[in-house]
Amino acid sequence: MPIKKIVSVFTSLKLTVTLLAFSIVLVFVGTLAQADEGLYGAQAHYFKQWIVIGADLFGHKIPLLLPGGYLLGVLLLVNLVCAHIYRFQLTTKKIGIQLTHAGVIVLLVGQLATDMLAREMQMHFSEGETKAYSESATDYELIFANGDQVTAIPSKLLKPGDELKIDSLPFAIRVKSFWKNSDVSFRAPMTQNAPPIASNGVALDFDFMQKPDVKKMDERNIPTAIIELTRTNGSPGDWVISEWTGDASLVEAVQNSYVDQIGATMAHTIASKLAAPQAIESNGQEYTFVLRPARIYHPFSLTLLKATHTVYPGTDIPKDFRSRVRIDNPQAGERREVEISMNHPLRYGGYTFYQYQMDAGQMAEQAGRVPSSVLSVVRNPSWLTPYIGCGMVGAGLLTQFMFHLVGFVSKRKSK
Amino acid sequence: MKKTFQKWLPPVLTAIVIGILLWANWPTKDKDNDFAFTEFGQLPVTANGRIVPLDSLARNSLLAIREKQTLNLEPWKGWNENPKIIPATEWLANVMMNSSVADDWPCFRVDNPDLISLLKLPDKDAAKHSDGKHYSWNQIAANIDTFTNENNRVEAIEAANRTAYENAVAKMHERLVLYAQLKNTVQLENSPDWPAELAAYEKLIPDGIAAVNAQQAGQKFNQTNFDSLVAYISAFQYMANLEPPLILPPTDGAREWRRMGDALLDAPRPNGVPIDDSIHDWAKMAGALTANQPDAFNSALKDYYSTLVPTQSKALAKARAEVFFNQMEPFYNAMVIYVFAGLLAIFSWFNLSETLRRSAVWLVWLAFVIHTTGLIYRMVLEGRPPVTNLYSSAIFIGWGACLLGIILEKFYKNGIGAVVSAGIGFITLIIAHNLALTGDTMEMMRAVLDTNFWLATHVVAVTTGYASTFVAGFLALIYIVRGVFTKTLDEATGKSLARMIYGIVCFATLFSFVGTVLGGIWADQSWGRFWGWDPKENGALIIVLWNALILHLRWGGMIRERGLVVCAIGGNIVTSWSWFGVNMLGIGLHSYGFTDAAFKWLLLFVVSQLAFIALGLLPFKWWKSFSARA
Repeated sequence: MPIKKIVSVFTSLKLTVTLLAFSIVLVFVGTLAQADEGLYGAQAHYFKQWIVIGADLFGHKIPLLLPGGYLLGVLLLVNLVCAHIYRFQLTTKKIGIQLTHAGVIVLLVGQLATDMLAREMQMHFSEGETKAYSESATDYELIFANGDQVTAIPSKLLKPGDELKIDSLPFAIRVKSFWKNSDVSFRAPMTQNAPPIASNGVALDFDFMQKPDVKKMDERNIPTAIIELTRTNGSPGDWVISEWTGDASLVEAVQNSYVDQIGATMAHTIASKLAAPQAIESNGQEYTFVLRPARIYHPFSLTLLKATHTVYPGTDIPKDFRSRVRIDNPQAGERREVEISMNHPLRYGGYTFYQYQMDAGQMAEQAGRVPSSVLSVVRNPSWLTPYIGCGMVGAGLLTQFMFHLVGFVSKRKSK
Repeated sequence: MKKTFQKWLPPVLTAIVIGILLWANWPTKDKDNDFAFTEFGQLPVTANGRIVPLDSLARNSLLAIREKQTLNLEPWKGWNENPKIIPATEWLANVMMNSSVADDWPCFRVDNPDLISLLKLPDKDAAKHSDGKHYSWNQIAANIDTFTNENNRVEAIEAANRTAYENAVAKMHERLVLYAQLKNTVQLENSPDWPAELAAYEKLIPDGIAAVNAQQAGQKFNQTNFDSLVAYISAFQYMANLEPPLILPPTDGAREWRRMGDALLDAPRPNGVPIDDSIHDWAKMAGALTANQPDAFNSALKDYYSTLVPTQSKALAKARAEVFFNQMEPFYNAMVIYVFAGLLAIFSWFNLSETLRRSAVWLVWLAFVIHTTGLIYRMVLEGRPPVTNLYSSAIFIGWGACLLGIILEKFYKNGIGAVVSAGIGFITLIIAHNLALTGDTMEMMRAVLDTNFWLATHVVAVTTGYASTFVAGFLALIYIVRGVFTKTLDEATGKSLARMIYGIVCFATLFSFVGTVLGGIWADQSWGRFWGWDPKENGALIIVLWNALILHLRWGGMIRERGLVVCAIGGNIVTSWSWFGVNMLGIGLHSYGFTDAAFKWLLLFVVSQLAFIALGLLPFKWWKSFSARA
């Protein structure tokens, strides 16, 4: 009987044991790999993966074939659900075990849901600034703006070689290259020995270079692409679009890197060239365009009133990060102030706002910067599942353990 | 007669041990006509962001520099030649206020031979007063330029890629900076007569300010006064920039604790706080110590103390309490008793003497009570749950394991629980002792960790999980050692060991699971993600998976008594990896506890556990106990 056989495989303890053993190996290797590949790289390679082929450990390539995190998770889930249905007995002796496994199912399903549904964004602002949108830390979009009309193209669509035709734009976009991470340097007039990488705009004054993807958690990729725009009456050539030109803090970083070399005034000129908007004209209309982090607009806005970073006396050890913000929600007629600090997020409008990074306190003061704060903005519809799952497993294990313990003690006593 | 002996041996033995402890740890009093260094050690200052008594500052600094809490002034002498050993506070007082003497004391421990030859330090030679390990500030300063060049090179190398020698250079640099900070805590370093210099500065301030103001207004000014003030300012700036401990208490003018250098810089400023009594009192102490006048020192100390009483009563009380804790050394004493108790319990297995076993249990209880007292005392001092850093996790794991061992002993009464308590208690306290070498063990909590709720739930649950997994693993080690090497593992003992292991693994699963998931919930509360595959999270997850694996193997009948034992030893490996190993990867949110020397020990531990697993897999005919049974 094949069906019976399949059932017996999927309900078997042997399968559970095998899957657990593989999970241990996977988690261990996936942890080691973080030293080489970085946290996100290792996550994609091992955990958010069906099959793991090959590993990079301590600078060595190692041949390896492992079931990935998704596969193990799904198989464990199937195994658990089958065993649960097949062996379900509602007896006091088994109730703890049943509850435990039901809890594990909730946790696994919850994590799978989180993986698919959760969105993680960020909100950057300086004191006094108001933001009605959150930005992605990993995804970008190419924006064309013509007055009020804005067209956003997700960077996922910008594949080298592709040509994009969009109804709202009177020109086509051909992607020549797309680099996930890049560097920029000023093309000093005296030392140019190669032609610019694009024929228009910022590329005339700056060289952009591809760079390996970042591995550390506190670094990020800065993408750059070369695009060609073609109108019906011919192509005016290609442009570089890069986050280097759009992000104020990156522009400032470039400026600062030149201050020592060529002085503050020149560095400022260079920075303003880098940040100069790029545009294309078509049928008498001007379209400005820029590559920027993908945005989600909220029906409310947050204003950063005060960013505080306190340290323990006489040290640099951070004691507290705290952002005082005002929520403005015209639809709900709501206007109130709240404080967001480490371990005390704000849950509002289906999103949770966490204190993430901060540039405030003595350091910012000395450097003459306006205090600023970064909130991590998360939307996770299944955020409650770990709480429920943990409660179920905890209660289940405790019941089972107490049941055994009481039995053991009374048996000892009666001896 | 014999019965009375058997009945009374355990309590009498315990009483004797208590007596020895009291005798050895009774707080010492300062002698009347000598420097009151013990009282000096009770003064509160602010260091590492918290109020500490000078006694703790002295002990922690000396631990960081010399890896001991006392200073041996004659290390070249053997222990039987009665070398002069001074307490940490006496050392600290001299470093801070009498450096011409202290700079010749051999307080820097140097082990790396390459570093010794780089600094041209003398080899071991008793005739030349060198032990080849401990050197003075002056000996090292002789070649400080060479050292600085090397250190600049090493600083450019990422910590993970350094060789042992380069690590030694980096460590030496930290030690030298710490020493320089201490030298500039109370007075300008190397000032031959600090009270006189301070008085001169105070007298100069009005004229100096006048000269500076005139110079800035473009008028005629007194060049001598101008230059002297500028020279003082730059010297005090050097003092302040080293960021030494903050020794001046809040006053009417200044609301926070201040560094001496900052206070001296502040005095001439338009709205500055003028030089006050506390600065003078410190200068008097310094002057008296340099001039070797105990009476003057003690009376300046008394004056300073009495100025603290009205405003700093809380800090004084806290400092006194911490000094008492330092003097009692509860964890060290508990460690010694654990060794003694463990040995007694092991002997009891061989001659099966109930009296020995009972004595061992009494002593384990004594050590446990001391261990518990120390743990609670620390919690009260810190105002925190038991585990706040790697050091306290070791203390707590030892405590939890000891408690589990006592419970097992209560039920089984076969000396096994006592050995578990004593063994794990001893090992974890040794680990804690070594972790304390990195500095202040009661450091302040970084912003994200600053929540007693999660420290009390997630951290305690996870460390309890660690403790219980270690208990299961230790029981398994007992099973294998007794089984393979002795004939004492009879069938009943083997069965009871297996039952203990099984029960403890269940317990471990409960706590490590709950602790791990609580950690996820904490992460969800503070970062918005439940699970991020951070190395420490993964380490904890592996423990949960491992324990779950053992339980399912057992339920499925895939392993029996011996399989359970072998798997439980695997738990030791997995737990040590999670506790220390992941921190050594130097990545992730929890990489707060990196210690390079620990890597060697971790590796050694893992290899030893693998060896035990191999032993456990030997055929039964090679096990002494099983061949004896047959």
